[in-house]
Amino acid sequence: MAELNVNIGNLKLKNPVMTASGTFGYGIEYADFMDISRLGGIFVKGTTIQPREGNPYPRMAETPAGMLNAVGLQNKGADYFAEHIYPQIKDIDTNMIVNVSGSSVETYVECAERIAELERIPAIELNISCPNVKQGGMAFGVTCSGASEVVRAVRKVYPKTLIVKLSPNVTDITEIARAVEAEGADAVSLINTMLGMAIDAEKRRPVLSTITGGLSGPCVKPVALRMVWQTSKAVQIPIIGLGGISSWKDAVEFMLAGATAIQIGTYNFVDPTVSIQVIDGLNDYCERHGFKSVREIIGALEV
Amino acid sequence: MKKYMLDLKVAANERLHPNYCLLKLRGDEALPEMHPGQFVQVRVEDSPRTFLRRPISINYVDRERNELWLLIQLVGEGTRHLAEARVGDSINVLLPLGNGFTLPNEGDTQKLLLVGGGVGTAPMLYLGACLKAGGFTPTFLLGARSEGDLLQLDAFRAWGEVYVTTEDGSMGERGYVTNHSVLKEKRFDMIYTCGPKPMMMAVARYASAEGIACEVSLENTMACGIGACLCCVEKLKDEHHVCVCTEGPVFNIEKLSWLN
Repeated sequence: MAELNVNIGNLKLKNPVMTASGTFGYGIEYADFMDISRLGGIFVKGTTIQPREGNPYPRMAETPAGMLNAVGLQNKGADYFAEHIYPQIKDIDTNMIVNVSGSSVETYVECAERIAELERIPAIELNISCPNVKQGGMAFGVTCSGASEVVRAVRKVYPKTLIVKLSPNVTDITEIARAVEAEGADAVSLINTMLGMAIDAEKRRPVLSTITGGLSGPCVKPVALRMVWQTSKAVQIPIIGLGGISSWKDAVEFMLAGATAIQIGTYNFVDPTVSIQVIDGLNDYCERHGFKSVREIIGALEV
Repeated sequence: MKKYMLDLKVAANERLHPNYCLLKLRGDEALPEMHPGQFVQVRVEDSPRTFLRRPISINYVDRERNELWLLIQLVGEGTRHLAEARVGDSINVLLPLGNGFTLPNEGDTQKLLLVGGGVGTAPMLYLGACLKAGGFTPTFLLGARSEGDLLQLDAFRAWGEVYVTTEDGSMGERGYVTNHSVLKEKRFDMIYTCGPKPMMMAVARYASAEGIACEVSLENTMACGIGACLCCVEKLKDEHHVCVCTEGPVFNIEKLSWLN
């Protein structure tokens, strides 16, 4: 067995394989299919201080090798999470990380403070990159000043591991990464979904209720991989890579490009056990190539 | 109910119609308990433009042969690819998913009407079989465009009386299910329905007007099928979005906002 443990700031992961927010519920949805405690971490569904009903149906359009979604951060709010969901997940033996979103700097801060009170949540992922909400979300993630402002405010009230999830819908993702690093983010995760669109030609109407939505799945992987590689050259803080990962090989590629850990998202819908296969595959890869630890492959791309 | 991911073997693939196939999938081990109205998520492999699983309702569970029947309408590339499955092929499924129809209590003497249209007749067969096994005598009312579009009629007749409407009048009464004379001649206590949304809405309006309890089975577009992605939502009367895959696919019409 190779050593698979890695660190994201102070956060210790038993392996680099985690599941992405919005694709894995609260983890328990998948417990019938796999031992979810084998994961390095679980990023639970995006949470806001107030409940949100999300966008109207239809919210999903399949694409070749991926899908568009326009869920719009439907969730029952941070209090409901703390009172009803947290007790069910707090003893799962992995890192349960809450994806935190807001519509203003104040609501991001309030939500982060509420989640900070929960002892068994060791980290939050600040979502400044959701393309499916009218206010906040991606608006903060597409300018350096917006990203800096929200990270600075949350950093003041959130003492645990602060991960910032970046949007690919920008001219230069490395500038945003540098800006949030400067404000004290412990890590960045990238990429969130890419803004896309689907049209029903027969009906001459958009497929999604919101017209545009977020594209994810294997179709975005090359873009995500490129952005992880560029960002790894630009910042010192650890990078969590995601975007279309569907196999151990994809995970290895992200780590070679500079990711310390990875998240698996949309592919959980196709194969609910894919993350376990990726953990086992990473171990096999390390053994086959003589790496004692998976840490040896982080940023080990030879160019 | 515990959910499973299973590799099942194609025991038969019957092309019942140019646009429908009946896949009979056999398990190596005894298939888990499944309720009528529940569905399965079928993985479609080696079909380059098909990414997600396809949600398919449970058509029938043959316990003697340990077979799960799926009636598949050929809608797009994914379902067309599934229709090409050969005997012996392995197909990966997640099951059983969602909540099924509410069955009456044992000993009740309710008169039950099962209304199906198009591919929506599929779950009615297993529902009818389970009702019959529970000592009830279900009545089926099945609608289609034309005689050739009415599938599995002999299988339905094994579990109860079958009434039919066709839009062109080639079999049974001409018109839509909600116009059938059996609705005037007999009094029902409960209606279960699955089919195109306009048909289900008409059935729901009829049931509501007559004061008859009614459950409908929805087929909103979905991705995960297990309540993780929140894509398949339906807005209920209380204005809240719920996942059709976990709160449904079967809903009492009293909960839906359709009749508002």
